[in-house]
Amino acid sequence: MSESEAAVHGHGALMEESPYAIPSRKFTMWLFIISDAVTFGSFLFAYGYIRVATPNWVRPFETGSVVNVVIMTIVLITSSLTMLGAVDAAKLGDKGKAMRFLYSTMMLGAIFAILHLREWSELIGKGTTISSGLFGQTFFTITGLHLLHVISGVIALLVVAMKYSGGRLTPSHVETTGLYWHFVDLVWMFVLPLVYLTNIAH
Amino acid sequence: MSAASASGNVIRKYLPVYFVLIGIFLVELLLSFRIASTSKLVIVLLLLAVCSAALGLMYFMHLGQERRGLFLTLIPVTIFVLLMMNMWWSDSVRLLHMRPMGQ
Repeated sequence: MSESEAAVHGHGALMEESPYAIPSRKFTMWLFIISDAVTFGSFLFAYGYIRVATPNWVRPFETGSVVNVVIMTIVLITSSLTMLGAVDAAKLGDKGKAMRFLYSTMMLGAIFAILHLREWSELIGKGTTISSGLFGQTFFTITGLHLLHVISGVIALLVVAMKYSGGRLTPSHVETTGLYWHFVDLVWMFVLPLVYLTNIAH
Repeated sequence: MSAASASGNVIRKYLPVYFVLIGIFLVELLLSFRIASTSKLVIVLLLLAVCSAALGLMYFMHLGQERRGLFLTLIPVTIFVLLMMNMWWSDSVRLLHMRPMGQ
């Protein structure tokens, strides 16, 4: 009996049927994602209140930063698409294609992280650091937390890809890691407008 | 249908969602130059971000294809917690000054 069949039908009389019809690994990832969403939510609510309540807020992002952010966003959304391809190819048993999609996703994640660090270095070069006021504190904390998730995701994808390639992990593991990667993309959809787009220099 | 061509289909299947997400981002970018009021901009951008997140959840994370019980277990509770967070944060500002709201 496959893992997904076991999740749907249960193990005979020994175990109850899963109410959600998904493997426990996937459900655990969903619970992690929800808890992480609440963590990001608390940071973003705090930022939102501070941002709206503070007069003369710093707006440091000029044309160069805006172009950088546009590229970063397109890269991250594209990486979600390649992740979908990896999961689908893995489920269909096409290991070669799944690996190519996984490596594409990792490469896009790495490009995102490099562009992010370039943005940081430009800001630090202009004198904005984590200790230089409310903007620096909130910006580096929120984007740093997101960047940490991206880097962790790339490492997780690398480990899963290597073990999946060696036959030690199943397509189900690729799917669960994919869920995490899509979540990282989803969080960026909130970080981007709140932290970047409200701080563009006019 | 071979496995290779079938896995190419999933990209084509989700390409419209991908372009809608890019489109929403470009609208957000345009609005950030057009709307001068910060509070109004934050609200509009948040609404668009919720639309993007809903698309990501339903299509990329396949929540729309799972049993409805999973959606009902995870999403309403998360929204409730986040909304309560919204209440606590504003209340913490009130408590900071130890006075009722509006004073």
